[in-house]
Formats: sequence, structure tokens, C-alpha cells
Amino acid sequence: MNLFVILLSALLVNNFVLVRFLGICPFLGVSKQVESALGMGLATTFVMVVASAVTWLIQWFILEPFGLPFLQNMAFILVIASMVQLVEMFLHKTSPGLYQAMGIFLPLITTNCAILGLAIMAVQGAYSFIESVVFGLGGGLGFTLALILLAGIREELKFADIPKPLQGAGIAFIIAGLLSLAFSGFAGLVS
Amino acid sequence: MEELKLIVTPSPHIRDDDSTQSIMFNVLVALLPVFAAAVYFYRLDALRLVILSAGAAVATEVTFQRVRQKPLTIWDGSALVTGVLLGLIVPPSLPSWMMVLGSVFAIAIGKQVFGGLGYNPFNPALVGRAFLTASFALAMTVWHSPFDAVSSATPLALGAARSNIPDLFFGSVAGSIGETSALAILLGGIYLFYKGTLDYRIPLGIFAAVVAVSILTGQDPVFHLLSGSLLFGAIFMATDLVTSPVTNWGRWIFGAGIGFIIMLIRIWGSYPEGVTFAILLMNAATPLLNRWTRPRIYGQGVKANE
Repeated sequence: MNLFVILLSALLVNNFVLVRFLGICPFLGVSKQVESALGMGLATTFVMVVASAVTWLIQWFILEPFGLPFLQNMAFILVIASMVQLVEMFLHKTSPGLYQAMGIFLPLITTNCAILGLAIMAVQGAYSFIESVVFGLGGGLGFTLALILLAGIREELKFADIPKPLQGAGIAFIIAGLLSLAFSGFAGLVS
Repeated sequence: MEELKLIVTPSPHIRDDDSTQSIMFNVLVALLPVFAAAVYFYRLDALRLVILSAGAAVATEVTFQRVRQKPLTIWDGSALVTGVLLGLIVPPSLPSWMMVLGSVFAIAIGKQVFGGLGYNPFNPALVGRAFLTASFALAMTVWHSPFDAVSSATPLALGAARSNIPDLFFGSVAGSIGETSALAILLGGIYLFYKGTLDYRIPLGIFAAVVAVSILTGQDPVFHLLSGSLLFGAIFMATDLVTSPVTNWGRWIFGAGIGFIIMLIRIWGSYPEGVTFAILLMNAATPLLNRWTRPRIYGQGVKANE
């Protein structure tokens, strides 16, 4: 039950993008098409799940025993960067189209603050190994959900008569704000 | 040589007499019993809120389109419908300036920035209500009983055990001005269904999900169907043609999703009512539902190309 609560919390109630406002950069950058948004979301989910597992091991078996918690940020970023490198190489070989569509935002998953935030929050919450991985999974799926919802709406608006100053990023911010308003309804669902 | 003109138009080639104007007129007629019940229960407050909200909505649309130098579309009635709907889903004691602000927000941010009717991803009236709920949480949750202005809790806050089902049905309970009388809402719904504007799949999907979750969690399904904004939302809000899916399967999923999220928020959430948020969330999922429930083209086999 506890695991389910953690999953639901990371997925909906404390959605990383729409409630905690982390990872806004890829959220706005890769949400023009549903396909690339889904690819981006799944790539980020993979990195989040693996990163939450590896950073947990590093935190509790290396940093804490040797009194090095101040190296946390550096160590975590290193883990995340190498995971992203792995995903990048994999996508480059298996799905060149997706690789092209994501462009610069693929290597930029490294600097997606949602991932580092997730790793640090898992430590602060003193989650166990399994809880930490579930937290990563929920966070990643929540990120994917927010991304494809926004992408679906933006695709429909391709031919809409949007006022000039609001075209592109402007309208995306407005949709993101309204989505966030809708997600606020989940408040208090899990404590 | 004389120039040959061939006119090629995309489908649909068969048309009926429905226009935006006639559909919006139907919705306004369907709202008449609801409006009558609102005026009967809340007297001047109901008149004040609905007129202010409708007026502000139309005025905002005019202003926006004048500034952008676009053709005026107020005569299609969609802004009027949005205004009336928003006026009917607020508590009777809401201050006038908040009502106007919410209505301006609903039309400006909920609809016009996207390019007007047909492009808005979210139901504008619900955008207005969610905005008011988030901004003025207190004023949006002050309820008082009908006829006399005695403050009172809504049935959802009181719980099933202390609510009277006939009161819920006829509407003499505390709540938003247009949402208390199930009878009036059902009358409007039957009229819309008779006129062919209302697709039965969405409300039935909502009701089915609400009843299923109620039974599974040991709550009274009739109470959940009749209380809060559920009926009004299911019949007048969720069935908005712009923001709901176009495919049959999409509509079933859309309705069931709304019902499920409503119960999730009602039972476990910190808000007593989740209809607004549930419909907005499924509005957001509508493009994806349309995409994933696209029917098979006739003559194309399942995976024929493999």
C-alpha cells in the first residue's frame, strides 16, 4: 500500500512538472508532437528509474559511510549524465528518427532538474531501495503524462488562430498553467 | 479556351440544419428549467450572478475581437452560453466583482487566446470556475440554504447519512445556484437529448463510473449521483462539443475517466467536490483520446499491410 501511495503521489498529486514545476525546459521544448513527446517521456522515465536506484546505492553505501554527503550533487549528476549518455547511444542506433526529433533536448535530459530533484527528494524522504525506485517510476510516468497531454493539445492548435504575440511558447505557457490548475484538484489525495 | 472551374471540397457532403447558433440556442432553452429553479431557490442572487456573468462574457468577447480586428462572433451565442453556465455554478453569495472577473477570465484565457470557439482545449466556463476556486477559495465555498440566507453546509460536506434524497432531487439543499435541483437539470438534459445535441455516451460513462466506485467503496451511489455538481457537469459541461472526444469509444472512456476522477477526489482528496477538475483533466486528454480511438477505415483490414 505504501508503495502505491508513493507511486500515485509522484505521478499525480505531486507531479514533477505540473505541481512541483521542475523540468519545465523539456516540457515546453519537446511538446510540439505527441510521438517525440512520448519518446522524450519514456527516455526520461528510464533515466529516472535507473538514476533513483544507482543514486540510492551511492548515497547509502558510499557517501554516508565515508562522511561525504557534501559530494551528493556532484555524484548524482555524474550518474545521471552517464545514464543519459547510454540512452543517447541506444536511441542513436535503434531509432534515428526519434533521435533527430529530440535534438538537443536528449543530451539536455542531464540537466533536467526533475531528475536530480527526484534523486535528492528520495534521499530526503529516507526511502528504502524499492520505494526509491517506485518513486522514480512514478515521477517519470508523471513527467510523460504531463508531456503528452501538452503535446496533444499543442498539436490540435497547429491551425488555430492564436494572437501573434502568444504563438509558440506563449500559448504553451498558458496551456501549462491551465493544466497545472486542473492538477491542483488532486491536492490532498495522499498525505 | 474557356477556363474550366472544378470545385473540390472535402467531406462532409451531407449537411443538416444544425449550426453553432441553433445548438447554442438549444442549450439556452435546456438551461431554462435550471435557471428557473435557481431563481426560485436563490431569488435575486441568482438573477444578479447569471446576468452579470453572461454580460461580462459577451462584453469580453466583443472587446477581444474588436482589439484583434476580427469578425464579431457573439451572435453565435457561445459566449452567452459560457457566461450563463458559469453564473449557474457559483455559490449564491459570491461578490459581484468576483463573478465578473471569473467570467472575463473564462472568455479571455479559456477561449479567446486560443483563437475563439472551436480551438479552446478546455471548457471555458470550467476554466473560469477553477480560476475562481483557486483564487478565492473562501468565497467559493460559502454556502447557504435556499430561500433564507442562512449559511449551511453542502450535502457533500454533511455526508450521505445526513442528507435527504428527495431534497437532493428537487434541489432544496445548499449548493451552487444552478446545481442543486436534479429535476431541473434532468429536464434540460432530456430536451438536449431529444434535440440530438447531447451524446448519451458521456453522461452514461460518468454515471457508470460513479456508481461502480461508490459500490466498491461501500458508499451510497444515489447520493453521489444527485449531490454536488455531478449532474450539471455531466449534462451541460462534459458534453461540450468542442472539448470532448469525437469518437464513440473516446466518449465512453472520457465519461468513465471523469466519473473515476470525481470519486477519487470526493473520497480521498482535500476538495469536497471534484467535478470541475475531473472534467478539465479529461478535456486535456481529449486530443489523445481522439488520436488513440480513431476508428478503422472501412475496407482496411486489421493489420492488412503486414
